[in-house]
Amino acid sequence: MAREATPATEPLRVVGRAIPRHDARDKVEARTLYAADWQMPGMLHGAVLRSAYPSARIRRLDVSRAAALPGVAAVLTARDVPRNVLWTDVPGQTSEVGPLRARLVLLADGVVRYQGEPVALVAAETPEVAQRAVEAIDVEYEPLPGVFDPAAALAPGAPRVHEEGNLLARWQIRCGDVERALERADVVIDTTYRCQMVDHAYLEPEAGVAWVDADGVLTIRASTQVIEHFRDVAEVLGVPHNRVRVIAPYVGGGFGGKEDVTVEVFLGLLAWRTRRPVRMVWSRQESLLARAKRHPFVLRYRTGAARDGTLVAQRIELLGDAGAYAYLSALVLLYATVTACGPYRVPNAEVQARVAYTNNPPTSAMRGFGAMQMVLGYESQMDQLARRLGLDPVEVRARNALHKGDRLPVGQQIETRVAVIEAARRAWAGLGPRVAPRTPHHRVGRGLACNIQPYGRIVWLHDWASAWVGIEMDGSVVVRAGVPDIGGGQASALCQIASEVLGVEPAQVAIHIADSALTPLAGTTTATRQLYMSGNAVLAAARELRARVLEVAARLLEAPPGRVELREGAAVAPDGRRVALAQVMKECARLGVPRSHLGVYHAPAGDPVDLARGGRVFPDYTFGAHAVEVEVDTETGAVAVLRHVACHDVGRAINPQSVEGQIQGGAAMGLGYGLLEEVVVEAGVNLTTSLGTYLVPTALDLPDVEPVILESGDGKGPFGARGIGEPPVGPPAAAVANAIEDATGVRITELPITPERVARALGLLESPAPGRA
Amino acid sequence: MTELAIAFTLNGERRALRVPAHRTLLHVLRDDCGAVEVKEGCGEGVCGTCTVLLDGEPVSSCLVLAPRVAGRDVVTLRGLCEGDALHPLQEAFVAHGAAQCGFCTPGMILTAYALLRERPHPTRADVRRAIAGNLCRCTGYTKIVDAILAAAGPGEPRDGA
Ligand code: FES
Ligand code: FES
Repeated sequence: MAREATPATEPLRVVGRAIPRHDARDKVEARTLYAADWQMPGMLHGAVLRSAYPSARIRRLDVSRAAALPGVAAVLTARDVPRNVLWTDVPGQTSEVGPLRARLVLLADGVVRYQGEPVALVAAETPEVAQRAVEAIDVEYEPLPGVFDPAAALAPGAPRVHEEGNLLARWQIRCGDVERALERADVVIDTTYRCQMVDHAYLEPEAGVAWVDADGVLTIRASTQVIEHFRDVAEVLGVPHNRVRVIAPYVGGGFGGKEDVTVEVFLGLLAWRTRRPVRMVWSRQESLLARAKRHPFVLRYRTGAARDGTLVAQRIELLGDAGAYAYLSALVLLYATVTACGPYRVPNAEVQARVAYTNNPPTSAMRGFGAMQMVLGYESQMDQLARRLGLDPVEVRARNALHKGDRLPVGQQIETRVAVIEAARRAWAGLGPRVAPRTPHHRVGRGLACNIQPYGRIVWLHDWASAWVGIEMDGSVVVRAGVPDIGGGQASALCQIASEVLGVEPAQVAIHIADSALTPLAGTTTATRQLYMSGNAVLAAARELRARVLEVAARLLEAPPGRVELREGAAVAPDGRRVALAQVMKECARLGVPRSHLGVYHAPAGDPVDLARGGRVFPDYTFGAHAVEVEVDTETGAVAVLRHVACHDVGRAINPQSVEGQIQGGAAMGLGYGLLEEVVVEAGVNLTTSLGTYLVPTALDLPDVEPVILESGDGKGPFGARGIGEPPVGPPAAAVANAIEDATGVRITELPITPERVARALGLLESPAPGRA
Repeated sequence: MTELAIAFTLNGERRALRVPAHRTLLHVLRDDCGAVEVKEGCGEGVCGTCTVLLDGEPVSSCLVLAPRVAGRDVVTLRGLCEGDALHPLQEAFVAHGAAQCGFCTPGMILTAYALLRERPHPTRADVRRAIAGNLCRCTGYTKIVDAILAAAGPGEPRDGA
C-alpha cells in the first residue's frame, strides 16, 4: 500500500491505525449469527409464490388447497394485506413528470408486471411444507403484452406497465449555450454507450426471522441495510410505528441490494397473522430472479473540445430501465444526471435523462447508484479526445479537472479539495514498467479512468444521524448507534473514533448497533454515508463527554482545566500525574455529572432543487482514479487485467486496512461489471437465475488490486474523512475499455466486455451482433 | 419419504440421526445438527460458502446427500479451533482484514486449510487456483490470498501443477 500522509491537525493515537476490526474474530471462528442462522422456539417457515409471467392478468387465485395442507399456518394474498403499497416520494421533479409518488405493490393485486413478482405468502411448520403449499396455490394467468426495452416503452402505443404511463422520471440540466459551443468546438466526439443490468450477488441471500415479543411489539431480525424500514412494515400492517422493531445482525453483504425492503414486510405480515415466529430465507435463485438490480443505461455523449483539449461542451442523453416498479429509480437517475459530466469543468452542458417502466425485473440501488454507470460515458469520451488530439491521458484530464471552488454543471460549488489529478498521476505511475506481450497475437495496453461520486444523501432529505456514547463505572466505553454493519467495518470505525477521543484502547470500546428500538437512529447504511454521518455523530458525542469528564478530572488532579488529557484509560495532568477513568466516573456519579451523551449530526440541508435552474444537491463528493494494464488475445478476444492500481482521496483514512478493503473490493466489483457480469433478460424472462449463469468473478478472474490512499484531510466526515464505500466501483470498466483501445485500437462501447464483443470489434466474427433483449 | 439412520463424526463428536434420504449434508448440518457455521450461498455447488472437510477433503456440502457421509468424518470451521486459540489461518485472516462481511470466510478458511496441508508453501497462483471455487463478493480476494500466504509462513514456494 502507498499512503500519502498529510500533517494532522491534532496528533492521533488510534484513528489512522490499520487495526483489525472487533468483528473479525467472530467471523473467522464462524460465530457471527447472520439472519438465517437465527432460530426461535416454535418457528414457522415462510415462502413466496412468485409470478411465472412478466406481464399478465391474474384471472383466478385460489389458496384453499394450499391452506388445507397439514402443517400450513397461513396463506396470504393481496387481499390479506392491510395496506398493500409502499410509496416513493421524489420532490423536485420537472413539471412534465410532476412530483413523483410512485407505488410499490407488495403482493400482486390482479396484475403481475414482472417475472418473479410476489403473488402470495405461506407460513408452514417446515420449509418443505411451505414449498409444497406454494406449489398448491392455484393461479390462472392471462398473459398480457409486455414491453421490455425502455426506448420501446416510451414509444407511442407501447403497452402501459402502469396506468400513469411508462415515463417514470426525467431530470435535466442546462448551463451555458451547448448548441453554439458544439458548433464552435475544434473536435466533437459523439458516441453512444450501453451498460447492462447486474446483480449485487452478495454471498448471503436475503433472510430474516420475525416474532411478536412479550410486549406485543413485532420484532424483525433481518439482513438489511435499513432498520428504519420498521416504519414501512408498520404502515403495511396499519399499526403504530412504535409497535415494530427491526434489528440488523451483521449483514453478509449489501451493496445496495438490501436497501429496499426484501423479506421484512413479508415476515411482518406472516408473524403478525400467525402470532408465531417465522423465518424466511430466499434461495439464490429467488434472489437473482426477483430482487431489484442495477439500472442498465443507454448513454449518448456529444463532447466538444478545443484543440488544446479543453472541454467546451457536453450534450448528454441518458435512458435507463426502471423495470416494473419505481423503487429508487428516480433518485438513481438524479445521481446519474448530476455526475454525468464527470470530475471536469464543463462551461456548456446539457443533460437530458429519462428512466422508463418496463416489464423487466425492477432496478434500484446498487453501489455507485447511477453515478457509477456514467463513468463509462465520460471517461471513454476523455480517452477518445486524448487520442484524437494526441494528448497524454493524464494531461487531458488535468486540463479540465474540477478544483475546489468550481461549480458542477448543476450549479453546486465544490467546497473541498479535489485531488482527482493527483490520484490519476499516482495510479498511472503505479503501473510501473510496461510488460511485453506474451505472444505475437497478444497486445498489451493501458487505460485510465477518474470518477466523482457523492457521499451522503441528497441535501433535501435533511439527513441526520444520532449516536450515544457513555463511559461505564469501570472506565470502559459503550457506543450505541443504529448502524447496520454490512461488512465494510461500519461499526468498528465508530469504535476507533470513540477510542481516539476518549483515550481508551479500541478493545475497551463495546458497540451495540442496528436495533431500531434500542440504538439511537442513525439512518441507512447506504449512499456512502455511515462513516460520514454516524462518524460525525459519535465524534460529537465523544467530544462532549470528554469535555465534561475533563472538567471533573481537572478538579481531582488539581490541574488547570484545559491542560488535562485523556489517554491510556486515565486522565493525565501536564506533570504526568494521573487518575484512572474509573475514579473519574465515581466522581462524576458523586457530583451528578452525566456519564453519557447523545450526539446528533445534521448534514448540510437544502430545498429540493429544480435541476434546470441549479443548486446544491449533495453534501460533498469523493474523487479517485484507476489505472489498468490489460492483455488482449487478438485471436480470441479474451481480455486479462494484468495490473490494477486504484487511488482515491479519502480525506482521512480512519482505518487504512478497511479503506484498502473497500477500494480492492469495489475495484473487483467494478471489474466484474466491466468484463463478466450481466443479468440476461429475454422478453422479461430472466435467464441468469443461478450463480452458474450469473458470473461473479472468482479469484482466477481478477488481478491483485493495488490500493493507493490519498489523504487530503479535506472531507466533511470525522477528522476530515470522505466516504469510500461506493466510489471504487466506478472507474474499472471504463479503464479497461480505454486500455483495450490502447492495446488494439478498437473502442468497445458496450458492457460487459466479453471476448465475443472484443472479437467482433476486432473483426474476428462475421455475423452482426445479436440485438439486445 | 424414506428415512435413513446415519452416524458420522462432526468435529470429532459422534452424531447419529435419522434423515430423509434426499436431504443434503448442508441441510443436515445446519438444521439437524445446529452447525450454522456452515453457510448457504447458492445451494447448487457454485459459491463454496458451504464448504466442509469430508474425510479431510473440501467438499460443497450442498451437493452431498447426507446418507453418503455415514461412517465418515466431517469437519467444519469450528473444528479448527482448539479451545481459545485460533488456527494460524484464522489469525492471518484477522490480521490481514481478509474477512469483511465474513459470509464466505468459513468456507474460504477450510479450503485454504486443505491447500496448506497438501502444499505447505504455495505460490500466489496456487492459492488463487485453490480458492477459485469459493466466491467472495467483498474483498476482491487480494487480502484473502495475502492472509493464506502469511499463514503458510516463509518457505520455498514450489510451482503449482
Ligand atoms: S451453497 Fe454450496 S456451493 Fe454454494
Ligand atoms: S467477505 Fe463478504 S463475501 Fe467474502
